[in-house]
Amino acid sequence: MNNITQHIIIIGGGPAGLEAASSLGAAGYKVTVLEKEEQTGGKLRLWYKLFPDFRPSAEVQEYLANGQKMNSPEIITKAEVISITPEIDYQKVILADGQIFTADVVLIATGFQVFNAEKKEEYGYKIYDNVITSVDLEQQLKSGDAVKTVAGEIPQRIAFIHCVGSRDKKVGNIHCSRVCCITGVKQAIEVKEHLPKAEIFNFYMDMRMFGQNFEELYIEAQQKWGITFIRGRVSEIAENIDGTLQLKAEDTLSGRPMKMNFDLVVLLVGMVPAVGTDAIGKSAGLAFTAGNFLASNDTHFNQNETHTPGIFVTGTCREPLSVAETLTDARAATVRIISWLRDKELKSNN
Amino acid sequence: MVSEGKKRVWEDYQKEIADDHYFYVRSCIRQTFFPGSETAFLRIMRNDLGKDVFEDARHTTCTGIGYHTDIVPLETTMTIIARHFALMTEAGYTNIIPSCVTSFGLYTEVLDTWKHFPEMEAKIRDYLWKATKKEFKVPENLVHTSDIIYKFRDQIKEKSKISLVNKKTGLPLKVVEHIGCHYAKMFPATGIGGAEFPSVLTGMIESWGGSVIDYPERRHCCGFGFRQYLVMANRGYSVSNSKKKFESMQPYQPDFIVANCPGCSMFLDRWQYTIAELEGITFDDKGMGIPVLTYEEMAGLVMGYSPWELGLQMHQVSVEPLLDKLGIAYKKEEKYLGAHGQNIGEPQKPQFLIV
Repeated sequence: MNNITQHIIIIGGGPAGLEAASSLGAAGYKVTVLEKEEQTGGKLRLWYKLFPDFRPSAEVQEYLANGQKMNSPEIITKAEVISITPEIDYQKVILADGQIFTADVVLIATGFQVFNAEKKEEYGYKIYDNVITSVDLEQQLKSGDAVKTVAGEIPQRIAFIHCVGSRDKKVGNIHCSRVCCITGVKQAIEVKEHLPKAEIFNFYMDMRMFGQNFEELYIEAQQKWGITFIRGRVSEIAENIDGTLQLKAEDTLSGRPMKMNFDLVVLLVGMVPAVGTDAIGKSAGLAFTAGNFLASNDTHFNQNETHTPGIFVTGTCREPLSVAETLTDARAATVRIISWLRDKELKSNN
Repeated sequence: MVSEGKKRVWEDYQKEIADDHYFYVRSCIRQTFFPGSETAFLRIMRNDLGKDVFEDARHTTCTGIGYHTDIVPLETTMTIIARHFALMTEAGYTNIIPSCVTSFGLYTEVLDTWKHFPEMEAKIRDYLWKATKKEFKVPENLVHTSDIIYKFRDQIKEKSKISLVNKKTGLPLKVVEHIGCHYAKMFPATGIGGAEFPSVLTGMIESWGGSVIDYPERRHCCGFGFRQYLVMANRGYSVSNSKKKFESMQPYQPDFIVANCPGCSMFLDRWQYTIAELEGITFDDKGMGIPVLTYEEMAGLVMGYSPWELGLQMHQVSVEPLLDKLGIAYKKEEKYLGAHGQNIGEPQKPQFLIV
């Protein structure tokens, strides 16, 4: 097969990068995955269970690992890419340690990082002990221990705050991170399962239940689990003398300001592009969305191809996506890459 | 609470503060509320730190109270502030330091508006010229006077006579710091430490040996709020906001409150009397209330100034318990002697608040 000689570099070994690597490997291409961390898996490794069906994150990791076993892409860890230089007939990828790789195609799958909640100063993350993020909570759930306050007590009242770092011009992020709403519902149910006596409140702007079974889970959270949803932004959090938290918000449905005490507050942090994506994108002359994600060259017909020939994007480096959407997007990118390589080959043969 | 987290926030909000040569603009109301404060500032700056601070008697109100109550139109406010800048320019200064937090906020707002709408600045220059034949340069450095004391807090410490420490127990005094809303809530980047965790007063308190109380209603307005107080029918709302703060700080047993805003110092002090008379309660364990200082008064005490020269007899809540804790000697019989030794008369005693 001619295409065996064609080489694809995938930058990022998270769900998008690994799924694309498996698909491209299965199609017979030579694939190299450059992962900057010591191990692949991306942010999936931080998660305990996934919405909307509470599938253990480990199952998806296992699925991705099986894909690697079957298709054996070359995976290089601790490989931090700093730039891509598009040449006439190939792409040059440069690493922070000076190594240079070349390939016919580069697929960028650098993923996301969670919004730094410290920027929302009014919530006091990393100042008030019992303000944690959804990632911190996921780690607590993953550990198998009961959810506890810093003092080691069982929290009686817990608040989830939606849209932390999303749809928030004040912190420079106007984009919706999409998955935080359903994450808030999922985590509220998980906590309620652990702590049936706890009172749980979710403070939201809108509940964007776009995915399959999302709305059903949202209704279940209210009807089966008794979780309260309050439509209103939280203006500030402060610490009481006993370490509990005072939270101020507005209930916009009743039109009244409210002040409540909580034992634990969970900030549902949004997605922002991973560190390094900006530099990589700029080096290759790529365009960016308003939220600084990598822009594709068409929002309807071609979400994985960029304006620079031979450079493709997939996963959450181009927009916030769920795990399921990320895997689908990676497969879509695979199809576009194969199509592009075949076109290129046909043109060169002619 | 993790203090390191606060320090990270503070690092994001530092600002340039000129080292010397200041054009000082006084507050409209502080000279009646706490008349020793501005005098103490000038004494510290000129006599103790050897700085050049210039005043012009032609300086007027910035219209802040009128502006925030919708009595004075924006263009009028801007033209009056432009006149202040003209006085500064005429005097050969480029660093302006308002004593009032509302003036500081308003000056900042005006300069920011002109930055975004230069045509507005051109119009105001025209108005000023037509009205006064004056021209001006915008200040190179605009900071509040509490920023200045913050900047020189370590020099003040070097010259200090006492620390903010309880003389009997040797423990740091527990201090509530209250920041005026107009200091950083409108423009967080203009406040040292930002709007959520301002460090301008914390920096002074900690440098001089005290410890800061972070209580749940720390960020809440003192209750003055201009409209809340100036419209007589709203004064109950003003008192209720102050009460909310006192109730929130009470469990921490503060030794005193310090504020950097004219209105805040006034209302946190006087409303304690009002609440005591209305409800028969105070927020300390002795029925005397929690003493309230301005930051200049706090600095003056640290520098060893006489409490009566600082004008502390003008406070509603007695400061003597605080002076005792600090180990500051004072003569009761001199409390109501004026600057020339004449008796200025004692105020009537409240019914409930012990003085």
